[in-house]
Amino acid sequence: MGVEGIGARVERKEDKRFLTGKGRYTDDMVVPGMKYAAFVRSPHAHAKIKSVDGSTAEGMPGVIGVLNGQQMLDDGIGNLICGWMIHSKDGSPMKMGAWRPLAHETVRYVGDAVAVVVADSIDEARDAAEAVVVDYEELPAVTEAATALTGGQPQIHPEAGGNLIYDWAIGTDVAETDAAIAAAAHVTEMTIVNNRLSPNPMEPRAALGIYDGAEDHYTCYTTSQNPHVARLVMSAFYNVAPENKLRVIAPDVGGGFGSKIFIYPEEIVCLWASKRTGVPVKWTSDRTEAFLTDAHGRDHLSTVKMAFDSDNRITALKVDTIANFGAYMSLFSSSVPTYLYATLLSGQYDIPAIHANVRAVYTNTAPVDAYRGAGRPEATYLLERTIETAARELGVSPAELRRKNFIRSFPHQTPVIMNYDAGDYEASLEAAMKEADWAGFDARKAEAEGRGKKRGIGMSCYIEACGIAPSAAVGSLGAGVGLWESAEVRVNAVGTIEVLTGSHSHGQGHETTFAQLVADRFGVPIDSVSIVHGDTDKVQMGMGTYGSRSGAVGMSAIVKALDKVEVKAKKIAAHLMEADESDIVIENGEAKVAGTDKTVPWFQVALAAYTAHNLPAGMEPGLKEGAFYDPSNFTFPAGCYICEVEIDPETGKTEIVQFVAADDFGNIINPMIVEGQVHGGIAQGIGQALLEAVHYDPQTGQLLTASYMDYAMPRADDLPSFKVSHQNTPCPGNPLGIKGCGEAGAIGSPPALMNAITDAIGNNDLTMPATPQKVWAAVHAAQ
Amino acid sequence: MTKVTMTVNGRQVSGDVEERTLLVHFIRDRLGLTGTHVGCDTSQCGACVVHMDGKSIKSCSTLAVQAAGSSITTIEGLAQGGELHPVQAAFKANHGLQCGFCTPGMVMTAVDMINRYGGSLDEKTVRENLEGNICRCTGYHNIVKAILAAASDMSAGRQAAE
Repeated sequence: MGVEGIGARVERKEDKRFLTGKGRYTDDMVVPGMKYAAFVRSPHAHAKIKSVDGSTAEGMPGVIGVLNGQQMLDDGIGNLICGWMIHSKDGSPMKMGAWRPLAHETVRYVGDAVAVVVADSIDEARDAAEAVVVDYEELPAVTEAATALTGGQPQIHPEAGGNLIYDWAIGTDVAETDAAIAAAAHVTEMTIVNNRLSPNPMEPRAALGIYDGAEDHYTCYTTSQNPHVARLVMSAFYNVAPENKLRVIAPDVGGGFGSKIFIYPEEIVCLWASKRTGVPVKWTSDRTEAFLTDAHGRDHLSTVKMAFDSDNRITALKVDTIANFGAYMSLFSSSVPTYLYATLLSGQYDIPAIHANVRAVYTNTAPVDAYRGAGRPEATYLLERTIETAARELGVSPAELRRKNFIRSFPHQTPVIMNYDAGDYEASLEAAMKEADWAGFDARKAEAEGRGKKRGIGMSCYIEACGIAPSAAVGSLGAGVGLWESAEVRVNAVGTIEVLTGSHSHGQGHETTFAQLVADRFGVPIDSVSIVHGDTDKVQMGMGTYGSRSGAVGMSAIVKALDKVEVKAKKIAAHLMEADESDIVIENGEAKVAGTDKTVPWFQVALAAYTAHNLPAGMEPGLKEGAFYDPSNFTFPAGCYICEVEIDPETGKTEIVQFVAADDFGNIINPMIVEGQVHGGIAQGIGQALLEAVHYDPQTGQLLTASYMDYAMPRADDLPSFKVSHQNTPCPGNPLGIKGCGEAGAIGSPPALMNAITDAIGNNDLTMPATPQKVWAAVHAAQ
Repeated sequence: MTKVTMTVNGRQVSGDVEERTLLVHFIRDRLGLTGTHVGCDTSQCGACVVHMDGKSIKSCSTLAVQAAGSSITTIEGLAQGGELHPVQAAFKANHGLQCGFCTPGMVMTAVDMINRYGGSLDEKTVRENLEGNICRCTGYHNIVKAILAAASDMSAGRQAAE
């Protein structure tokens, strides 16, 4: 592998700038003449807008403009859209209501943008925004999806009768599934709540819109995980500008976790307002706005039946899920509880019959879309809580019940579309149990009892689908885009290399890992390799970073481009050394003729390509190649997580005393970075299970958790250090054998923790987050 | 408007500010030192931590006028002579950062923590003292590791110098 190649724990190239305060985030950008935007937002969860009066605000100090939704409509700016078409069981298309960037008729959640003020300073903009008078006629609101589906509830969009967006099903025929359940020796039934979360990247969203009237050209700096998709959507659907007149730059981005995939009203408004006012316009979200308007995650309510034969083999699974979509359909919202959720309901288990039904519902809450794991945490939580409960009901060990039902031969076709290509679930289960000293748990429990503590242990065996995704396959399922990735490898005349990628790094360390890939291929130092990303003027096209796709898809595109560069470089080297092209080997920074001592340094090969004085006959000068890579399948990371807790029955407080993760991510480029991804994912999963929940007041629709004083983010003293290991089976579907690691931690950890807590307290009736109050009540209910 | 004068990273600076101007906005918008970040509105996240007269403070809940006459060190002023401060180096060596947004505040908090506890820091103490700094990327695992490594290195360095 070499000290800087594939598999090496290379320190990150990007770290120095972040550690010395030289990172460049969107809010750090300053351009001449730049002014500041503040939004006027709805204080009501549901209301008609009778009038918007900006006249007082317009006269206030520093104010340049007060703009509203009617003006935006008059200028032809389009509706925000959801880019994945889902059809209901009856064949009808999903019922998407209109989402205006600035509402002009109806507001549908607290935080819905109504107007924007542009002023000399942010304080002046905010002062003036408070002086914009909006006359509302309040309407009744509904925040819970199951309630919104019942009769007599507020109708949120005229397009979606009864607030139902779609009623979709997948898998085995429902009658066949019901028959299998009816014939079962045992059926475990549960109601599963997957709590609503706020993604909370530490960098709040921001946008800087710059309109150049002379060129009729727009530039948008924004906090995006996928700037090219942002440009495509803003151009094709929102009519901001044609693509060649719109440059989108996502500079350093401070975390995303899904919430920065989507195109929000604010970046569109900043671009439009820049043209309207004639000045560059910057908006930076504060944290309260982030809680109000960043797309939330999860919020599922499900019922599940898991059927077993007399030998404890799972014979059928039936799931009914209600997914809360909030007030508008965000960009990829429709795909999350369908193709990213229900397709993973087989888990690691061989289940002959699976039927899942999903209803998506409008409510008067913030839009809900992908958040770290996006559907897969919901599937894993449902399955792993259910199988754990089944083990308790059947009186067998949770490990044995899982083992008995593991899929053991590959490829494996599930009843819910997915075709698993490789895996070894036994290996990660065994590794995790050994690392956690599962066998010694009873002794530790007894010891804890002596101290008045309740000790519990729980596991979860997860699978997910990454490397999103084969374009034709997702196209047939309704995706509005292809999910390939692009790369361009530019070898400079002196042999240094620039890699242009459509992937986007917002913490993942691509500047290091992608450089490792190139260093590995040609034996050049990683310092001579630069990664260029996040700018639509530099990189032609790309689909961005989410769903753990940068390794499996983004790096595979780089591999394809490197292959082409290598072919041409070998031809040049062979020509220079008068050897046969098939005898050339490129390694350690030079081209060699195999079996001889003839070599040409790498930089001379590059130089020859650009001087073009002595190239093979007919060869074009230069050494630069591009490639698009479209994956042939999803990848399937999997693993086993074990959590051990101690609970103080007097206070209900849970202490995590041990957390073990054993993952199969396929081949790994940089183990240090992969471990970091797992740590962060586990912390977010523990956050969901123990601390975090978005709460709306069900009567008024007011967001009750709109700051870090009310929404419990995991802090350092809430968490233990983690024991992380890998048992890797290479992925056969891509050239590097990579599966992906970005979401696993957030997927595997919540059920492991909830299984541990419910084991400790002997009461399975507990929902996330398991706050001390809830745990205390559950402890005492069990006594 | 009030005129404030203070020393920032060893240089005397002054400027007219509104009384409501927060120190973090003075640092970011007036001085162009954008390494200090704003991650929340409630003094919880710690992305804005700087040192005032050698002690860590949250610059989002300090008025610029309150800092008049003081000596401020921001993340930009920590590395000396092109060499990373040992805490910065430890964060790099231990992968104590991912997206980098909370990092300046984490590093400034860590330096203060090590100044206060020296080589006696243990994991529990580090975690308790990080209560006022939120990171969403790392799960704190490698931040804790980095701070303990830096504390140990700096303590060894001090002993060697004595």
